[in-house]
Amino acid sequence: MAEQIPLVDYLVLGNEPHLEANECTACGARFFDRRNACASCGKNDFTKVDISTTGEVRAFTIVAFAAPGVPVPYVAALVDCGGTSVRANLINVEPDPEHVTLGMKVRLATEVIGTDSNDTEAIGFGFEPLGG
Amino acid sequence: MTSASDELWILGIHMTKFGKHPDMDLVDLASEAVSGALADGGVEMKDMGVIGAGNLMAANAGIGQQLQKQLGQTGIPVYNVANACATGATALRVAAMAVKAGECDMGLAFGVEKLSGAGLLSGGSRKDDGGTWSPSGRYGAVAPVDGRIGTEIMPGVFAQIGMEYGHKYGGTSFELFARISEKNHSHSTLNPLAAYTKKMSLEEIMGDIMIAYPNTRPMCSANCDGAAAAVVVSGAKLKTLSLEQQRRAVKISASILTTDPWEESCQILPDVNTLTRNAANQAYEQAGVGPEDLNLVELHDCFATAELVHYDNLMLCEVGGAVDFFNSGATWRDGKTPVNVSGGLESKGHPIAATGIANVWEVATHLRGEAGDRQIQGAKVGLTHVIGLGSACGVHILEKSAA
Repeated sequence: MAEQIPLVDYLVLGNEPHLEANECTACGARFFDRRNACASCGKNDFTKVDISTTGEVRAFTIVAFAAPGVPVPYVAALVDCGGTSVRANLINVEPDPEHVTLGMKVRLATEVIGTDSNDTEAIGFGFEPLGG
Repeated sequence: MTSASDELWILGIHMTKFGKHPDMDLVDLASEAVSGALADGGVEMKDMGVIGAGNLMAANAGIGQQLQKQLGQTGIPVYNVANACATGATALRVAAMAVKAGECDMGLAFGVEKLSGAGLLSGGSRKDDGGTWSPSGRYGAVAPVDGRIGTEIMPGVFAQIGMEYGHKYGGTSFELFARISEKNHSHSTLNPLAAYTKKMSLEEIMGDIMIAYPNTRPMCSANCDGAAAAVVVSGAKLKTLSLEQQRRAVKISASILTTDPWEESCQILPDVNTLTRNAANQAYEQAGVGPEDLNLVELHDCFATAELVHYDNLMLCEVGGAVDFFNSGATWRDGKTPVNVSGGLESKGHPIAATGIANVWEVATHLRGEAGDRQIQGAKVGLTHVIGLGSACGVHILEKSAA
């Protein structure tokens, strides 16, 4: 099996791929990026927490016109994963408003986004309809 | 040095026609707006004590000093500002703060942008990835994430903002958002300074090119060239000027700038709601007026999906009531609270740094009773709103002179 690398460092690969966040130990605010401090309370002590792999679509758009080289259409969404908001594409679903709806239940899924010259696969993530 | 001022007034204000100006550069456009504002106020560059200069796309070029090189190098302080789509409002805030603080009794603010043909203003283009994966940036990304992890393009970001409102309160649809755009395009037919003045039917809007569902092309703000400028004067100084200047002066009852306070999802999808509501609350308190007192509102309809949420954020309607409010006809020019009678960003156009002063020009022109065919009769109080992602929100409340 080819070596794999996650598209972003907050995607944890393995048998049960999931997202992880930096959680402020003082106030509980969660962030996906490298932190200098907490934007909510200003403290700077964080712990890693796993994010639920299922969620609900709170907002979406179907992008039909994008920057050069970005394939369209794609569905971009805000997914509420058990109280933590996540930005992701909706995948494995027809990109039209008949198949994508507000409030739909989704789960995390991974996909290969490319292979580099060392045969390492980059693995991205999206959310797909749950039980669809 | 003068003393701190309790009152701020717009003495002169001007905007260029928005649209394509291929033969004018940034300095030409800014000069036209500034010369117009000075002439409108009956003052000259030598009367100015400060300049707030706004330009976003060439923010490192010192547009304020470039303007001075053409219109007058009087040695006064220039503050070149860039604050996303709130750049114009920020420039106005700079002039207002200087006058308010008593550092001078008159200040100039302008905003200028050249954007004709600019296309999408955000979103990363993607080349052949090639090479080997190497994590970089704050997310340790090995490849561009725009289009792979959600979207960075503005029409898509603001589409989600409108959809999120729909999810929370219900009642939204592609057609509803298109009807908001229909209103603004209809309003634009009366505005000779708008970039686009063509009435569009609901069918034309919904059938146009889809950019990011539910925003089609005419539901997006129009990239164009333009500039706007304003002269701010203290209340004390205004009393020394002519009766005609006093009569045409427009009172700045509130001038507010906010940023986005931390909210759970604000670093996932920009929260344009909380900072707008905060700015509106502060503005109503500062001005001593309420939303029910407003005769017209120019708000930041960068996309049709954005206009809806700002009805609620500016408290023009009850919490959660934006859809019903729009469907009641309230925001059409003959409604209870006319919104974007200029045509809004969707048809008047959105030369970014000019927008936050051009909307003040629109409201001021109605308060002066000088808006011609599109005059809102008897207008006494108006509100302007801009928001720049990142985020910054500017709100101004303006009142007609009693003189």
